[in-house]
Amino acid sequence: MTSALLQLVGIKKTFGAVTALNGVSFDLRPGEVHALLGGNGAGKSTLIKVITGAHPSDAGTMAVGGHPIARLTPAMARSLGIACIYQQPALFPDLTVTENIGLRLESTSPFRRVRHRERRRLAASLLRQVGAGFSGETGVHDLSMPQQQLVEIACAIGAGAKILIMDEPTASLTQPEQELLFGVVDHLRRNGSGIIYISHRLEEIFRIADRVTVLRDGESVVTRDLTRTGSAEGTAIGQGFDEADLIHWMVGRHLERTSVAIPAAGAPDRLTVHGLGCEISGVHDITFAVRAGEIVGLTGLVGAGRTELARILFGLTPADTGEIRLDGIPVTISSPEEAIALGIGYLPEDRRRHGIILDLSVAQNISMSVHTRLFPGGWLRPDAEQTLAEHYIHRLGIKTAGTSAEVATLSGGNQQKVAMARWLAANPRVLILDEPTQGVDVGAKSEIHRHIRSLVDQGLAVLLISSELPEILALSHRIGVMRSGTLTALFEGHPSAAQLMRAALGNLEPGDPPC
Amino acid sequence: MLKWNAREFTVATVLAILWLGLAVFAPDFFSPQPLLSRLTSSAPKLLVACGIALVILTRNIDISVGSLYAVASVAAGHASHVAPTPVVIVAVAIVTGLGGGVINGFLVATLRLPSIVVTLATMVTWRESLRLGQQGVFINLPDNTQWFSLSMVGGQWAIVLAALGVLTVLAWAQKNLAAGRHLHAVGSDPEAARLAGISPGRATFAAFGLCGTLTGLAAALNIAQSPQIDPNTGRLLELEAVAAAVVAGFAVSGGRGRLLTLLPATLLLVSISPALTYLGAKPYWDKAVHGAIILTAVMADGLRRPKRQCRSQAT
Repeated sequence: MTSALLQLVGIKKTFGAVTALNGVSFDLRPGEVHALLGGNGAGKSTLIKVITGAHPSDAGTMAVGGHPIARLTPAMARSLGIACIYQQPALFPDLTVTENIGLRLESTSPFRRVRHRERRRLAASLLRQVGAGFSGETGVHDLSMPQQQLVEIACAIGAGAKILIMDEPTASLTQPEQELLFGVVDHLRRNGSGIIYISHRLEEIFRIADRVTVLRDGESVVTRDLTRTGSAEGTAIGQGFDEADLIHWMVGRHLERTSVAIPAAGAPDRLTVHGLGCEISGVHDITFAVRAGEIVGLTGLVGAGRTELARILFGLTPADTGEIRLDGIPVTISSPEEAIALGIGYLPEDRRRHGIILDLSVAQNISMSVHTRLFPGGWLRPDAEQTLAEHYIHRLGIKTAGTSAEVATLSGGNQQKVAMARWLAANPRVLILDEPTQGVDVGAKSEIHRHIRSLVDQGLAVLLISSELPEILALSHRIGVMRSGTLTALFEGHPSAAQLMRAALGNLEPGDPPC
Repeated sequence: MLKWNAREFTVATVLAILWLGLAVFAPDFFSPQPLLSRLTSSAPKLLVACGIALVILTRNIDISVGSLYAVASVAAGHASHVAPTPVVIVAVAIVTGLGGGVINGFLVATLRLPSIVVTLATMVTWRESLRLGQQGVFINLPDNTQWFSLSMVGGQWAIVLAALGVLTVLAWAQKNLAAGRHLHAVGSDPEAARLAGISPGRATFAAFGLCGTLTGLAAALNIAQSPQIDPNTGRLLELEAVAAAVVAGFAVSGGRGRLLTLLPATLLLVSISPALTYLGAKPYWDKAVHGAIILTAVMADGLRRPKRQCRSQAT
């Protein structure tokens, strides 16, 4: 066996209070496709960023081609032949393919002369190598997504990449396009490149990978070989494992429902959604209901359409098909103002960007959605605002220097509590929480969980969107799973984490409830 | 209730030092009649600065104010021949300004076009239409309309007090009306404001409408000061107004700034030229000192701005 192209041992990485990688070991041999598997938040993206030098690791060793690397920078990673093909190709749409390739591969000195003929020849030869069926003179904006990916791969090959990272390359590809891509991957493998292949589609792992490593909670759980001998054409057999084992490794054993919430059966339906869809956000045929005093969890892979559904319900991208009922009355929601007036609150996913307004104070942020109620006639009433803010600072335990402190000075968990306080102040009937504990520390997380539970005890209906299965399992009365823009399963009772993961990956089994 | 934040305090201090220097070295600067005249001629600039500051607060810009100012002046001038009373002149100027502001607001807030391009286009359109329509001919105003039919000193006081009154009301509203809060929220983060149920479009539209209205009022206060109207009036007014807003601490990225600070900022900028004259400096220094003050203000903002690091999130 030749020495490994890439060897990682005990890689650790933390962001503030959040541990993203907690001792990951991984290696890549020449001429192999090594699949990297893991649920949302398992640490795949962070690991890639460590390998490409975008994030320095906090601990652990890394060696490329047998040489230990002390502190990898993105420029070093490139010169060592590490290249990453992202899901969304980062090309310049207004330039041609040849110009894009030239920009990537040629010197960036502003005063060099562009040698057009050489550039065209290089681009043409690289495009041939990846089997591209389009000319280098094509404008990138005329290319389809997979064609753009081919350009990215061509750039990587042109840069002499020996280690190629492909992050969900097939996510937006059709079947024939996928086959084309697999052909290119095979070609690269035979030329001795190593490919780190990330995908949520288990069948692809068996289709293309030589080895697979499963990440969970920032740790590498297992690494196993696959073999092609004796298997059907085009697929491989796991050495002592199958798809079910992979799912099991991804979710782990400990993730069973920790504290079972009391079901709110018998309570009236608060929010009913029937056949809901919105063309531009790619969401279709959503049917479910949330009862008063109930938490319905909504999970699925990133990009499955969960946030898009929330944005429809909050009037940000109004629905164009289907029906929404609140307490049995059909409603149309075409703007956030209407949603708020109807009693719907939405705690958005990206807190620092959208959940709070950093220039304003804690009190001003909390009163933001209740201006009409708190300030009749549009006259600010500082006393009322102060009282309101103090109430929620006390109730949610927000740690702040005072009501007039700028919200930018608070910690992440406390900012999130301010964002929640805003919606509690609005006294909603339905509250949509989108990743409410993303990026907050463990202490703040359990506090936020406690507050969510006490809210539903008061009769609020909560739609909880989360990628964290433990969070979903701990809080939800019922759990919906989304995949490819629609609700594929709705679990009453107590599903296991493995059942949820199967549904999210689209591997439903008999006994799993279809939607 | 007035909280002196750093910028208000700094601008007021610089102004105080400048005036103190003038009081010692050029006491003539403070002789009552010239001082009142200077304040009178600064009053329209203060109002236009208010308008632009409101637009900047929403993360936009309006560079058409200078042209709009001229259009409003000319419109009011023509109206004065139909109905030669100060009330009509003021009303026509304000309505014209409002109209111009509403057009900008419609294009920027409703059609979501970039404000720099929209107001550049309206700036050129108003100015060129005026050139075409008026051919550079001055408009003589009826005798009884100058100084709002008051004595000269009375008219001057009326103009200064009107500008101060409008500034006070707006500054009060910025602090005490929910609408003021909405402007700050929208300028600070339009998407976050939208998610909180505040309509960024409505706030932006209102800011442009108010800016136009204030420009119209400013034009009315200006034409009351002279017996005739120059159709080329208001050239580079937008630059002076933006300069005042920047010195007053309005962040071009939106969301920050207090209208009340525009008072010391405008006074500071209009005191520079006379100060240089009184101190015996060559007039060429005038623009250089202006530029230096604006640069200093922008640099102070850059240094003062809290470093907001995007905390990376684990994925």
